[in-house]
Amino acid sequence: MTAGKTNTLTKLIVVALGMFGFGFALVPFYYKICEVTGINSGDEQSLVKNTQVDTSRWVTIEFDANTNEGLPWQFRTTQRSIKVHPGQLVQVEYEAANNSDHAIVGQAVPSYGPARAGAFFKKIECFCFTPQKLAAGERRQMPVLFVLDPSMDKDLHTVTLSYTFFNTDPKAQTATLPEKVPHG
Amino acid sequence: MSDAAHAHDDHGHHAHPTGIMRWLTTTNHKDIGSLYLWFSLIMLFTAGSMALLIRSELFEPGMQLMHPDFFNQLTTMHGLIMIFGVIMPAFTGFANWQVPLMIGAPDMAFPRMNNWSFWLLPVAGIMLLGSFWLPGGAVAGGWTMYPPLFIQGGVSYDLTILAVHIMGLSSIMGSINIITTILNMRAPGLTLMKMPMFVWTWLITAYLLIATMPVLAGAVTMLLTDRNFGTHFFNAAGGGDPVMFQHIFWFFGHPEVYILILPAFGIVSQIIPTFSRKPLFGYASMVYATASIAILSFTVWAHHMFAVGMPVAAQLFFMFSTMLIAVPTGVKVFNWVATMWKGSLTFETPMLFAIAFVCLFTIGGFSGLVLAMAPVDIQLQDTYYVVAHFHYVLVSGALFSIFAGIYYWLPKWTGHMYNETLGKTHFWLSVIGMNIVFFPMHFLGLAGMPRRIPDYALQFTEFNQIATVGAFIFGFSQLVFLVLVLKTIKGGAKASDQVWEGAQGLEWTVPSPAPYHTFETAPVVK
Repeated sequence: MTAGKTNTLTKLIVVALGMFGFGFALVPFYYKICEVTGINSGDEQSLVKNTQVDTSRWVTIEFDANTNEGLPWQFRTTQRSIKVHPGQLVQVEYEAANNSDHAIVGQAVPSYGPARAGAFFKKIECFCFTPQKLAAGERRQMPVLFVLDPSMDKDLHTVTLSYTFFNTDPKAQTATLPEKVPHG
Repeated sequence: MSDAAHAHDDHGHHAHPTGIMRWLTTTNHKDIGSLYLWFSLIMLFTAGSMALLIRSELFEPGMQLMHPDFFNQLTTMHGLIMIFGVIMPAFTGFANWQVPLMIGAPDMAFPRMNNWSFWLLPVAGIMLLGSFWLPGGAVAGGWTMYPPLFIQGGVSYDLTILAVHIMGLSSIMGSINIITTILNMRAPGLTLMKMPMFVWTWLITAYLLIATMPVLAGAVTMLLTDRNFGTHFFNAAGGGDPVMFQHIFWFFGHPEVYILILPAFGIVSQIIPTFSRKPLFGYASMVYATASIAILSFTVWAHHMFAVGMPVAAQLFFMFSTMLIAVPTGVKVFNWVATMWKGSLTFETPMLFAIAFVCLFTIGGFSGLVLAMAPVDIQLQDTYYVVAHFHYVLVSGALFSIFAGIYYWLPKWTGHMYNETLGKTHFWLSVIGMNIVFFPMHFLGLAGMPRRIPDYALQFTEFNQIATVGAFIFGFSQLVFLVLVLKTIKGGAKASDQVWEGAQGLEWTVPSPAPYHTFETAPVVK
């Protein structure tokens, strides 16, 4: 009799613990079911599928960063160049650091090489859209999100995106030019 | 009388502690059964008072009595306590009292674990109720504990999660005890297919509890770690999915609603044959129907979630599997009616409650079928129609069966007949009050009144006022029940051993009141 009770008790405890584990196993199971059947594909549906990527060719984009002499900032790209298909959504980051002892507002101005490539850069988000204010000693990573228009000329294999940061205070240009700006 | 009781105590194998220690340390299935039932009754009045506060606020449109957040706390706590603190403990109390008596066992299989199962409950109850006094008040996110709301709340949300853990542990231990008792301790000759229906329904319910309570424990553990330990099971910002909680919760939640109703089926299946003076019609089909309901209950959970978004194929699957449950349930209803058919019926209070159960539970079952239809459900989701539905199955279903069971077995437990006039008064006030509260809610829901709101549009006023009046009739008529129970414990006409003329089964062979120790030598069933 007692052996029978212990036996039942053991089995039931195993079932209870097993079901506790099963509760957690439902988590990957849930995602797997959704993935296999495509039931909960909300993630993909919410992003409009980009059918205009021209996968037949690669374009190399080079990134360049410069600072105007009137601006005591350090400004650089985090990537020198990348290879993309035209039509593909690209995000890159630039980094600026204010080395001076006071806050400065700067404005980035883009230029393109060759110049005709500029018409095919479709920017969705860019730090150059607005003036950037950096506090003394502040360092900031800033994104650029863009698409190269797939209709870009076929003979363009390498294009350059270059930014130059200017000081928005017009007086700063001349006043600080001789002493403070390091060369290079 | 007290002399006799004392003499009996001395007769025991060891000295019984007295006073509070008797109840804290008791391992006797009858003591523990009574504790469960008293706990349940106290919680019934607690959560019932919350319901009356809710109905008072809803008597008129506009905000009258309370802050909306407190209203949400009341609806949440009313639900949690009624389910985990009233219906489930009451049924476990019946199981403790009746299962050993019905199968001829001296006690439950693990008496000390039985003591633990009970005493965990007041702890959880204090944690739940105590959270009203914490900063931010009690949980207000609904008893279903859906994220993201449940991940954002204050400290009382953590406390509620722990309380659910404790109540789950209590249920699992209680279920292990019940299954082990039924499988190992039946009297010689009492084969499984000779067991009383109440024992059968509890055996199946206990399996459901062991299979689903750990899943609930897992789900609330994930909530807890999401809240405190930086996991992202349900947090979309971290790659989780709040809808997944609903799937896991209802994987527990739907079997849970059968946990709340299968023992009710068992009680009614004991009472109707007694007062029809006929054996239960279709005993074997009753057993198979109960088992089918239990198995099907694992395949229908997403019908609670039609409105969250689901492919049509899944909607159809869950819609049809839900409707399939109506088949075994229908078998049961027809069997009860067939048991009464050409029976020699008398209408004592337990029988009245049992018949009201069959009629009103069927109404709740039918509104459930309406809600099972996915296209209709998208209209009715989260309206008062749902509130009407689950109160018909839980109040006039589960709660009425508990009343029926109390009236039926109280003479056996106390040795006294209850006052039949008071019992019938309680019955008629309850059945009329209950219908006045919940029937108008069908119309409110169909007209589009959402649930869980403290204020509503003007056109819903009349039906809400009717419901509130009914709620007060129903609520205060439960005081009649309390008086009746207290009076029966103190005295009354002496009950015979068999109590009811048509009663069959081992529990009616022991004296009334049932002695502290019964079936120390197992009876033989032919």
